[in-house]
Amino acid sequence: MYFLKRLLLIVPLLLVISLLAFVLVRVAPGGPFDRERKPASPEIERQLKAHYHLDEPVWKQYLRYLDGLVVHGDFGPSLKYRNHTVNDIIAQGLPVSMCLGMLAFGFAMGVGVPVGYFTAIRRGHWEDYSGSLFAVLMICIPGFVVGPLLVMFFAIKWQLLPVALWASPAHAILPTMALGLYFSGRIARLMREGMLNTLQAEFITTARAKGLSENAVLLKHAFRLAVLPVVSYSGPLLADLLTGSFVIESIFQIPGIGVFFVNSMLNRDHTMIVGLVVLYATLLVLLNLLVDLAYVLLDRRVKYD
Amino acid sequence: MARRSMPKQQPYSRTKPRPLHRVLPIRHHASSIPFLLLPAVCLVLSGCVRPEPPADLVIINGTEPESLDPATIVGIPEMRLTKALFEGLVRLDPTNAQPIPALAERWDVSPDGKVYTFHLRTNATWSTGEPITSADVAYSWLRALSPGTAGDYAGQLFYIKNAEAYYTGKIKDPAQVGIHALDAHTVRVELNDPLAFFLDLCTFPTLAVVPHQTIEKHDYRWLSVRPLPCSGAYELVAWRLNDKVRLRKNPHYWDAAHTQSDIIDILPTGSPNTALNLYETGVADIVWDKELVPSELLDVLTKRPDFHTWDYLGTYFNRFNVTRGPLTNELVRKAFALATDRERITRKITRGGEKPAFHFVPDGTANYQPPPGLPFDPEQGRRLLAQAGFPGGKSFPHLQYSFPSAASGAARLQGKIAVELQQMWRDGLGIEVELRQIERKVFYAAQSRLDYDISGSSWIGDYNDANTFLDLFTSNSGNNRTGWRNRRYDELIHQANRQLDLKRRAELFRQAETVLVAEEAPVAPIYFYAGFNYFDPRKITGIYQNILDEHPMQYIRKVKTQPISRIQYSVFSIQSRRAANN
Repeated sequence: MYFLKRLLLIVPLLLVISLLAFVLVRVAPGGPFDRERKPASPEIERQLKAHYHLDEPVWKQYLRYLDGLVVHGDFGPSLKYRNHTVNDIIAQGLPVSMCLGMLAFGFAMGVGVPVGYFTAIRRGHWEDYSGSLFAVLMICIPGFVVGPLLVMFFAIKWQLLPVALWASPAHAILPTMALGLYFSGRIARLMREGMLNTLQAEFITTARAKGLSENAVLLKHAFRLAVLPVVSYSGPLLADLLTGSFVIESIFQIPGIGVFFVNSMLNRDHTMIVGLVVLYATLLVLLNLLVDLAYVLLDRRVKYD
Repeated sequence: MARRSMPKQQPYSRTKPRPLHRVLPIRHHASSIPFLLLPAVCLVLSGCVRPEPPADLVIINGTEPESLDPATIVGIPEMRLTKALFEGLVRLDPTNAQPIPALAERWDVSPDGKVYTFHLRTNATWSTGEPITSADVAYSWLRALSPGTAGDYAGQLFYIKNAEAYYTGKIKDPAQVGIHALDAHTVRVELNDPLAFFLDLCTFPTLAVVPHQTIEKHDYRWLSVRPLPCSGAYELVAWRLNDKVRLRKNPHYWDAAHTQSDIIDILPTGSPNTALNLYETGVADIVWDKELVPSELLDVLTKRPDFHTWDYLGTYFNRFNVTRGPLTNELVRKAFALATDRERITRKITRGGEKPAFHFVPDGTANYQPPPGLPFDPEQGRRLLAQAGFPGGKSFPHLQYSFPSAASGAARLQGKIAVELQQMWRDGLGIEVELRQIERKVFYAAQSRLDYDISGSSWIGDYNDANTFLDLFTSNSGNNRTGWRNRRYDELIHQANRQLDLKRRAELFRQAETVLVAEEAPVAPIYFYAGFNYFDPRKITGIYQNILDEHPMQYIRKVKTQPISRIQYSVFSIQSRRAANN
């Protein structure tokens, strides 16, 4: 019941978000057809705007947009890539971004969770210090530094991996690392905090007093609660990763959707911006819902009606 | 520090080790998301990556093409690509960029220069095998001219009789427009005036021949149709956004025997560093966009034998808003122009072989000899400024210099140039100008609204004729954007374009340009662009340097010096390939 209600609430939420995005992009100065080279006569420019109904009042444009979106599920034609609809662009780019995002998510989890776990149980030892240093470094160094560094060493100096493009599984390795390393640092920190907090809890003492093996105490009892902060972080993280990254996709020339989040704004590609905002909002809401679901499964103290 | 005691409890862990899956908190109904995702990831990954046969030639062409529809494209990367797919009646010679026969094998021009009769090749066919007829030509041109197509470049056809009236809706009947298919292989075009550069215009993508049926059937998505009927040397195999455009030799092209490469991959790359990396590791053979040269590496790159630079038909210049404050006075504008040390900018900032510009039309433009323009003479600039009532820049009002922001590439030079100009005007004229960097779209919108004082600008010629530059500053031009209107200038341009005698025409243009750069100075030229590309001349043939930066793909070929398999990315093949190259 609770989840059904939450699902239903998405509809008005998306309406509000799309309206806001729609109005805001039109309020922003500069339009899709403002460029170095303008049409030779103002008449041509007028026709161009009329062709995309940009000369109509905003409310009328929005109703037209909504009609297309709700009735046909159509985000409309892109104003920049004029032979593509926004649906086309998302359909081409999203799977690639999702693919890379999943890999990076798996990488971040695969590195972050163990690092956080071991730094916590080896607190105060060299494993803790080196692991924590790694985590802090990864958080501090942004992707646009990590990416080119990885390329410089792995692709150019040692010639082990391709420098860019998206053509084979080998092409995915460097971008996955470049994208995932930062998040692995965040996750390691969260995991470590969670683990340390949980280990202080009374039920852990109880478990130990009962004579359970240390592995069982740590993994079966502590880990399960300690991982909760990571789980709640993974919702927005997944939404972020699945929709691509502007920086990584530019550096590695990956045909994903991430570059469009920035470029469509710079290009004032109105339909594309609104389409992406709606897409991102939907993903975010759905993933947060999934996270709440995962809470119920992981922590039996949490219950929704 | 209470937790420090924890490792001491190690003895507990010595009890029997248990398999991980029994220990990890995975209950059969509670498997958490990450673990389910892993197999999914593998599935998705295998779906994302498609094996394809290797290309014969890989070209990095600039950013993702906005469109491949010849009638609506505006950018140079798009034009290079589209020209390979859709040919017009005339094309450009790859060596000197002069018009040569394409779909039309010959043409006749009436004595008054106003009527062109094109005779199409009888062996011209679409890539799907159907013949290309004069009806296709008439359709393509009328389509480019139709307001429904919403092409930025529809104005290129306004030189044709009644074309502008048809565009604006004053004439409804397309038969009244001066484009007529006389028979299956003859097209007659009537112009308003004898136009010296009409054949050059015919090579422009806007006037290319496009497939009628496909467009009518699929509307703006017609380029997704496969097989797509193409009139050029190549056909479109795949167009994946931000990934690649793959072209394959069109076997039905009338000149297919001379097409050099079978499969060409065009990679869209926005980042100069990525482009250089791809080139250096042998993934790409040619990089040919002037935005794709990392400006930090210019000094190193320009010395290399595989880096090529030459004169190019483009000008970087300053626009003055002649409707604002002191800039309404031409003495002030000239003072700014005189105090601009162009040489310092080309030597210190652009550094890629650009030439200082004292006039607006680049040197080397066909049939034209530009006037000298205003030299670098800050002394004279100060005198003019004093005459205008601001001796030594005293009481000169506050002015702003605006320029668009750019994230990377050659466009980032604009900021450096702005700083240099600020310094020059401060030293030379005693005027303090504030710099205003504005986001690209906002900048162009502001420039069109005349919401600026002085602004950095550039212009690339569409065809090799002075008109493509001088036409800009006529009163009705959408690209004037200075507020400057001069009846004498308009009249000179108009006169020149009605001249049959090329010498007389050049003289009229020269007079007009003198008004523009020396007498009234609504603009101050700074430098002429240089064309850039990088490719190894030992491996690549068929690229010739010409002023239009025109390199038709059908002539380009990769010479295979040794049997190199194109890179297949495994750890070893790169190394072995590298070894083979050495």
